[in-house]
Amino acid sequence: MVEQEGFRRYVAHIVLWIGIAIVAFPVYVAIVASTQDNALIANGQMSLLPGGHFFEVYYQTIFVGTSGSTREPVANMMLNSLVMALLIAVGKIAISIISAYGIVYFRFPFRMPIFWIIFITLMLPVEVRIYPTYKIVADLHMLDSYAGLALPLIASATATLLFRQFFMTVPDELLEASRIDGAGPFRFFWDTLLPLSRTNMAALFVILFILGWNQYLWPLLITTRDDMQTIQIGIRKMMTTNDALTEWPIVMATAVLAMLPPVFVVVAMQKLFVRGLVETEK
Amino acid sequence: MANVTLRNVRKTYPGGFEAIKGVNVDVGDGQFCVLVGPSGCGKSTLLRMVAGLETVTGGEIDIGGRVVNQVEPADRDIAMVFQNYALYPHMSVFNNMAYGLRNRGMKEAEIKTRVGEAARVLELTSMLERKPRQLSGGQRQRVAMGRAIVRQPKVFLFDEPLSNLDAKLRIAMRVEIRKLQRRLSTTSIYVTHDQLEAMTLADILVVMNGGQVEQIGNPLAVYEKPATTFVASFIGAPPMNLMSIRADEIKSQLGSAGEAGILGIRPEDFVITDQTPSGGVALPLTVEAIERVGAETFIYGSRAQDEQRVAATPGELPPGEVIVRIPGSEAPPIGQKIRVAAVRAKLHLFSGDGRTRIEA
Repeated sequence: MVEQEGFRRYVAHIVLWIGIAIVAFPVYVAIVASTQDNALIANGQMSLLPGGHFFEVYYQTIFVGTSGSTREPVANMMLNSLVMALLIAVGKIAISIISAYGIVYFRFPFRMPIFWIIFITLMLPVEVRIYPTYKIVADLHMLDSYAGLALPLIASATATLLFRQFFMTVPDELLEASRIDGAGPFRFFWDTLLPLSRTNMAALFVILFILGWNQYLWPLLITTRDDMQTIQIGIRKMMTTNDALTEWPIVMATAVLAMLPPVFVVVAMQKLFVRGLVETEK
Repeated sequence: MANVTLRNVRKTYPGGFEAIKGVNVDVGDGQFCVLVGPSGCGKSTLLRMVAGLETVTGGEIDIGGRVVNQVEPADRDIAMVFQNYALYPHMSVFNNMAYGLRNRGMKEAEIKTRVGEAARVLELTSMLERKPRQLSGGQRQRVAMGRAIVRQPKVFLFDEPLSNLDAKLRIAMRVEIRKLQRRLSTTSIYVTHDQLEAMTLADILVVMNGGQVEQIGNPLAVYEKPATTFVASFIGAPPMNLMSIRADEIKSQLGSAGEAGILGIRPEDFVITDQTPSGGVALPLTVEAIERVGAETFIYGSRAQDEQRVAATPGELPPGEVIVRIPGSEAPPIGQKIRVAAVRAKLHLFSGDGRTRIEA
C-alpha cells in the first residue's frame, strides 16, 4: 500500500483508533466489572478502573458458581462447552472429508444424487429442522448427553463442499502415482490427501470450533440438567434471578472466560494456518 | 527384465470414441521404445493402458510373458515418470522415493540402501531431506526418475517427462535418461511429441497418428524410408517437402512407370546447382525468406507457376513453397532466382493418398 503523507495519515490513524475504542470498550467494561464488588455495580457506582476483587471473583466463578440455589461452577460449564465445540469441529471435519473423498474419488451408483442431497441440506440449518431433530435425539435417549449436544450438528454440507472443491484441484497424477506405488484407496487418503488438506482442516477447525462454542438454541433445548449446561446457557441463567440481585461481577467474569477459548483457537491456529499455506503446495 | 508386447490393443471410450484402433508393438527386453505423434494421437493413452491407469477394451497387453489386462498398476511391476512429476508435495525427497517400497513392505535397511544408491546415481544425495518445492525443475525430474529406479521394475514408462523443462536442461536430461536406461538395461516405453527426442532416444520408434501406428522401426530407418507422408512430414525438422506429381511426370522425370502420387524431398537433400542429376529432380525457385541458424541456413523458396515441373503441393507446405537446407551461412539474397536439385536416391515416392510408400 502507498504510504499517506502527513495530515491524511493522522486522520486515518484517528479513525482506526476510534473504531478500536468502540469495539474494545464493552470488552474492557466486562473485564473491569468482573473485578468489582457487586454492591458497587448494583448501586450504579461502577468505576471504570479495575477494582481489587479480581482473584476472589474469578475463584468463585470458576470453582463455586453464583450464590443462587442452582449454582454450577463455570469450570464445569467450560468443560461442557469445550467438549461440545471440539466434538462438533472434529466430527464435522472427519465426516465431511470422508464424504468428499467418496464423492470425488469413487464411481458408485447414485453418486451425483447423493452429492445433490448433501448440497440441498445447506438450506436446512438446525433452526429449521429443530423439531424433528429434537424428536430423534429424545427417542434415542440422548438428551442431557455430549452425544446429544454434538451429533445433530456434525453433518456439514459446507465443509463437504469445501473439501470436494479442494480435492478436485489435486492433480490426478498424484492418485495415479500412488496407485503405481502400491497405495490403495485408504493409503492414498491417509498418506497423501490428509497431509495436503492440513491447511483446509486448520481453517475449518477455527470456524467450526467457534460455531460450536457459540451454539445457544440447541444446547438450550437439549440440556436440562445443570451439570450439562454449556457456558453460553450458563451466562443467560445467571442473569435472570428471581429474588436476588444479579451477581454482575460473576456474570462478567463468565463472559470473559467464555471469550478466551475462541481467542486462543484463533491465535494458535492462525499460526498453523499461515505456516501451512507457506509450506504446502499442490 | 521383460518384453512388452501389445497385441491388437484397442481403446474405445464409453461415448463411442475410439482412441486406440488396434495397435501391435513388440518391445524386446532392455529396449527403449519411443511413442511419438502429434497431440491427440493416442500415444499417452496407450502408455497409460500399459501402466494400468486406463482399461483395455480390446486386445492384450503382455509384460514379461504375462497378460496384464486385468492386473492392478501396482502389481504390473512397472514404474512411471509423469509429465508434471507427480511428486508427493508433503514428503521429503527420501520419502518420495521410499513410499512405493514401504507400501510393498520392504525392510527399512533395504529401502535406505536402494534410495541411497539411486540418489547417488542421480546426484540427489545432498537433497534427500528437502521437500519437492525446494527443488528446481531438473531436480524434481530426477527425483521422479529416482522414484522409478528404486523400485527396480521390469518396465519404465515415461509420459513426456521432459516437456516441463527448458530447452537446455531438456537436452541434458535426455542424455541422462539414455545413459541410465543403457546402464540399467530396463525395458522402457517413452512418450513424446518431440521428434528430436524420439530420434535420439529410441531403439524402436513408433510413430502414431489418430490412434493408429503409422510406422515402427529403427529411428534412422524411419527417417530414411518413411512409410507414409504423415511420417515423412512428422519426423525431421524442417519437414520433408511434399508435392503431388502426375503419372507422366513420374515416367518422364524419374524414368519409372507408376500412378500419380506424392513426391517427397528432405530440405537437406537439395543442392543449389544448374545441372539436373540423371533420374533426379530440379526445381527453379525464387528465394522468399532466409533463416540463418549458424551452422546451417534454411531457404524458403517459391516455385513460379509457369516453371512448375510438379503440381501443387499437398500436406503442410503452402502451395509452391519449398524449404531447402544448405550448410554454412552463405545464402543467395531474397528475390533471387535459384535452381535446386536432388538426386534420385534421395527422392521419396508415395501413393496419391499418402498411405503407402512406393519403392521405385
